Amino acid sequence: MASAVERFDDKARQTFDRFGRTETYQGELLRHPVYTRFLHWMVALFFFLALFSGFGIYLPWLFRWFTPVFGGGPLARAMHPWFGLGFVVFFALQMLNWLNPMKWTQADTKWMRNIKSVISSQDELEPPDTGFFNGGQKVQFWEIVAGCVVYLVTGIILWAGARTFGRWPVAISYVLHDISALIMLGGIFIHIYLSTIGEPGTFQAMTRGAVSEAWAWTFHPAWYKEVTGRDPRQACEEARRRGEFAER
Amino acid sequence: MSDRKTLQVKQISGHSGAAPGFGTQRDLEVCKLVDTTICIGCKACEVACVEWNDMPFSPTTFDNTYQTMPETRWNFWNLIKFNEHQKEDGTIQWLMRKDQCMHCADPGCLRACPADGAIVQYANGIVDFQQENCIGCEFCVSGCPYNIPRFNPATKTVYKCTLCSDRVGQGLEPACIKACPTGCLKFGTKDDMKYVAEERAKQLRENFGFEKAGVYDPQSIGGTHVIYVLHDATDPERYGGLPKDPQIPWAYTVWKWLAKPVLGTFALFGLLGVCLHYVTVGPRRAQPQPPRKEDGHGQRG
Repeated sequence: MASAVERFDDKARQTFDRFGRTETYQGELLRHPVYTRFLHWMVALFFFLALFSGFGIYLPWLFRWFTPVFGGGPLARAMHPWFGLGFVVFFALQMLNWLNPMKWTQADTKWMRNIKSVISSQDELEPPDTGFFNGGQKVQFWEIVAGCVVYLVTGIILWAGARTFGRWPVAISYVLHDISALIMLGGIFIHIYLSTIGEPGTFQAMTRGAVSEAWAWTFHPAWYKEVTGRDPRQACEEARRRGEFAER
Repeated sequence: MSDRKTLQVKQISGHSGAAPGFGTQRDLEVCKLVDTTICIGCKACEVACVEWNDMPFSPTTFDNTYQTMPETRWNFWNLIKFNEHQKEDGTIQWLMRKDQCMHCADPGCLRACPADGAIVQYANGIVDFQQENCIGCEFCVSGCPYNIPRFNPATKTVYKCTLCSDRVGQGLEPACIKACPTGCLKFGTKDDMKYVAEERAKQLRENFGFEKAGVYDPQSIGGTHVIYVLHDATDPERYGGLPKDPQIPWAYTVWKWLAKPVLGTFALFGLLGVCLHYVTVGPRRAQPQPPRKEDGHGQRG
């Protein structure tokens, strides 16, 4: 099973690499291949389409100025399930793509215990055992996986409606669907913040696919060590001595 | 909303605060009384409903009964439900009940509806759908204990019986009432209809041998503005699935009116949180960073 998934992912990455380009310059590392980036932006597209059309269903009195973008309330409602389906499908592919790097490890438990100092930005460098993804990223990832399951189950019930599934399943699904959406809405602010102005240099990982070595040894030292074979702290010190400062 | 006297707005879905002007006039609740004991199943009310509301004729479905179709449709709001009920002594009782929107005092559809102004309840008790505000989410279907709202796939909005609010607003009775030849359907104020119904039930109990005869006006949803006289009020289910104790799912009371706006605000704290983080802690930058100038302000990047 696992190897079938890996074969599928490898095939997909090779196929997408033929169509998209990833240029890595000196002092940079490849972070996300074309396939990953494609999935990420498809997930993002469908997430926001589902989110904004969902707003019109969640609080129509507040978002009635916005629903005409989707052709009005009834059409926003009619398209919302399809947007949601797109989101779930592309995220499912992303999940298969990231099954390995998203595996929970001892280092992640440690990272989550240490989250206070991460938020208050006490350490300049991440702990040396922080790998390709840190604990926070993994929490968000698995939250979305769980959220997608909730969306799918409750969404199908809401889509088919009370005349198929009965009144109570619909009423309860409505609550669970909303709660799942609110958790993701809260999470998306953090995700966008940390990938743009919160940690400068991160955004290019999902656009060009490459990150600077300085970014890698700062935020994902264990991954830096894995791909370069060099010690991240030492590399950082050497750069400091040479006066090669990371971009601000 | 043509007549100010009878079509005074009482509640508006998805709308906070009181409806404008409510409570300034004498309360006059209307009511439709359906006496199932003298219905002859002529279906004149079905025809009158389709005629008055100018709905297209739709093909019927034959299911080996006298019933026009299995259940109401978005363009067929009024259906006589036929049921052959076998009594304990083996004899058959042929039951006919006019199925339509019950115009509940506490409407589950209105509670479930998230759209501002898609469902209104007039002070006279009529619950009316305003399709121009409807988003077609069909939550009203799950809120309704009587399975009444119907989705129209062409307009993607939901329809149901209006209790002829357009006629009532002009001082006329609903079309079905006007068409009924037996006097099985009556229309008037809620108090009057309740009185007439109770008198009829008493008559059935005392003079006709229906010991369990009674009035269907379920108090679990605050009563309805369509009430029935039944031969056996202890088992309304046999009249084409009339619920004995209709309920509105708690999700629509607890979640929608309390938790939904509160938790929705909490989600925005994610935005507030990252903004505060940016201005207080500030971004984390890739290292090494050049040394800070001695006269620089602030502690870090």
